[in-house]
Amino acid sequence: MKLKTLLAAGAVAMSSTAAFAGCAIENTVPLKSLSAGFEAWKAVTDAMAECGNFQASLDQEFREKQPEAFAANPALYQIGGVANATMIPLLNAGSIRPLDDLVAKYGQNLTPNQLIKVDGKVMAIAMMVNAQHLMYRSDILADLGIAEPATWDEVLAAAEKIKAAGVVEYPLGGTFKTGWNLGEEFVNMYLGEGGTFIGEGNMPAINNAQGVAALETMKAMTAYMDPEYLVSDSTYVQQQFQQGKIAMANLWASRAAAMDDEAESQVVGKVAMAAAPNGSAAPASSLWWDGFVFAANMSDQEAEAAFQVAMEGIDGEMVSANNDAAVWLLNGYTPGKLAAGAAATAANGASPYPASGPMGIMHTVLGNGLADYLTGAKDAETTLADIEAAYMTAAKEAGLVK
Amino acid sequence: MKFKTFAAFIGPSVFMMLLFIAFPLVSVFQQSFYITQPIYDLVDVETCTPGFVTQTCVTETQSVPRLDEEGAIITKTDFVGLQSYRNVLELGRAWDALSSGSWAAFQSIDFWKALRFTLSFTLITLPLVICAGLGIAVMINSAAKSVRGPVIFVSLLPFIITPVIGALSINWLFRGDGILTAALEWYLQRDIAMFAQAWTIEILMMFYRVWHVAPFAAIVFYAGLQTVNQDSLESAIIDGASRWQRLKYIIIPHLMPLIVFISMIHLMDSYRVFEEIVGFSSQGHVISLQWLTYDFLVPDQAGNRSISRASASAMLTMIGIALLLVPLLRRTWRDHQGGH
Repeated sequence: MKLKTLLAAGAVAMSSTAAFAGCAIENTVPLKSLSAGFEAWKAVTDAMAECGNFQASLDQEFREKQPEAFAANPALYQIGGVANATMIPLLNAGSIRPLDDLVAKYGQNLTPNQLIKVDGKVMAIAMMVNAQHLMYRSDILADLGIAEPATWDEVLAAAEKIKAAGVVEYPLGGTFKTGWNLGEEFVNMYLGEGGTFIGEGNMPAINNAQGVAALETMKAMTAYMDPEYLVSDSTYVQQQFQQGKIAMANLWASRAAAMDDEAESQVVGKVAMAAAPNGSAAPASSLWWDGFVFAANMSDQEAEAAFQVAMEGIDGEMVSANNDAAVWLLNGYTPGKLAAGAAATAANGASPYPASGPMGIMHTVLGNGLADYLTGAKDAETTLADIEAAYMTAAKEAGLVK
Repeated sequence: MKFKTFAAFIGPSVFMMLLFIAFPLVSVFQQSFYITQPIYDLVDVETCTPGFVTQTCVTETQSVPRLDEEGAIITKTDFVGLQSYRNVLELGRAWDALSSGSWAAFQSIDFWKALRFTLSFTLITLPLVICAGLGIAVMINSAAKSVRGPVIFVSLLPFIITPVIGALSINWLFRGDGILTAALEWYLQRDIAMFAQAWTIEILMMFYRVWHVAPFAAIVFYAGLQTVNQDSLESAIIDGASRWQRLKYIIIPHLMPLIVFISMIHLMDSYRVFEEIVGFSSQGHVISLQWLTYDFLVPDQAGNRSISRASASAMLTMIGIALLLVPLLRRTWRDHQGGH
């Protein structure tokens, strides 16, 4: 009896997935995708699955698996989800295909700025952008009569006032967890000072006045932050916001929706989204995109099917059903209140994350080396010199520097 | 036993040891002397990335790896001798720091920073584990028969918990305003941040390790306690020996081989301390040698990883363990010789 019920339930479930609800095409080619596992990818791959014969792997460790899986012939996944930096190893290995013909044939719905071009060829289709931008408690700033801070100096001045008023535990939050997060904070600040990371011949170029200025701002921030900042990642900062412990933070746009999540947040409707504060030259933020790549090692027929299914995944129907899940680059997206921060950051001229092979190394050595400065073990110049030395060792080993 | 029977018994195990331990070790040893790199060409590439309305296009010179006709990246492997070891040890910098008398500068070099923590972690937890283990074993042994089963079960619990999970739970108990930090703050009437400086994290890590490993030592010592000569104990009692004297003059000498055994296992295990670093996410303050190897091995977003330095660092870790074990091995060897 029980088995029968189970079988019946299974049959119902099977038939419902085979119903091709909301997909204009019926896919007959077996397809698989491998991407990161956040909400936007979940929404897109669910929409793609409606076309049938499609299986999505949402995997936080995707970046370790993708290079090998795409280098296999035939590739183990036809569709990949990447961002600025994670596209580099696939691009270097030549394991993703140019998409110009497919875009011409099936890409009527795409807007020109979704096409990621490398050397004139379309290599990826972006679907959303993400950036760190300022989120702040509008109620607290209004109470204390502080205008929306537009530069880091103003943020620090505001933090000082909030600290004096004692309305929250810590005026500032920051994703300063040692490793990738801390590296990204420096990348943002340094871009805000107008710096470049890598010079001629892949030599490091961060030990300069701009680097020192970026470090000094970061150090000044820590005075207003939870003293355990070196272990706080994006989720931790998000929770500090939700629990009303902090008043301002430069946090990822993809975390904005969580501020108004009534199930988790105690500050619903009180968190305002603003552009990333400016450094002395530009917004202290870097723009990231997420999007599709398609394997080189598959048949053209598979490629056509894969491309069409992907287009179905990012159609207007998916966008309208998941409007607030991300800052979409897609037709049919109406930027809401939550996207205002990311949009303003881009409008103010934030640069894209300067992804490249050498930059991958730079980001890692920054993430590992900056803590010594923040804890006071080294001064700014020594820290930057040591980071450059660590970069040289790793870049030489990787063959990027002679 | 006939040699053939002996070989048939030991054969599969030797084969497995060679396949899964010896060959990988030889391979790591070899890789630590070589560097494998792709061959890069410098190419001017125009890259366009999305903004909100328009695209940002930049043209820059990039290093692009050369591909062969099958589309695979061409790599070359060079013998570099001890270069990778030099890169890990950074002897020049270490010497400069030491000769200028700056311990802080010395401790800012990854390898020496990791070695300092690994050694102090190993050597401080060792006596604590042995004392705690012995204490628990004696406690179990003197517990009434009826409750002995439950007592053994409860005292074994910490050892059963998966290391990373155990470390994470302690992390969460103390992180931010975790309940134990909150309790301490209430008791001491001051603000406490356990994860804001290195020494508090180190204490938590050591506490966790002792809590986690002591049950193993306890169960081994408990087994040993069952074989203590009851006659000697009874005569000691008649002679008026106190509890402490009995422990010191009869039980501990009897358990000495087990203490050496536990020490060796513990030295080997804790010199490879890793779960604590990950579980407490302490990389900003404290790192260990094993974590350093792992960090070299993890690819960054652009796919670069430092296999050669990882190999060198792994070999150095092994050498470190071997050096630590020397005194204990010599002692066991002497006892072994004496026994015949």
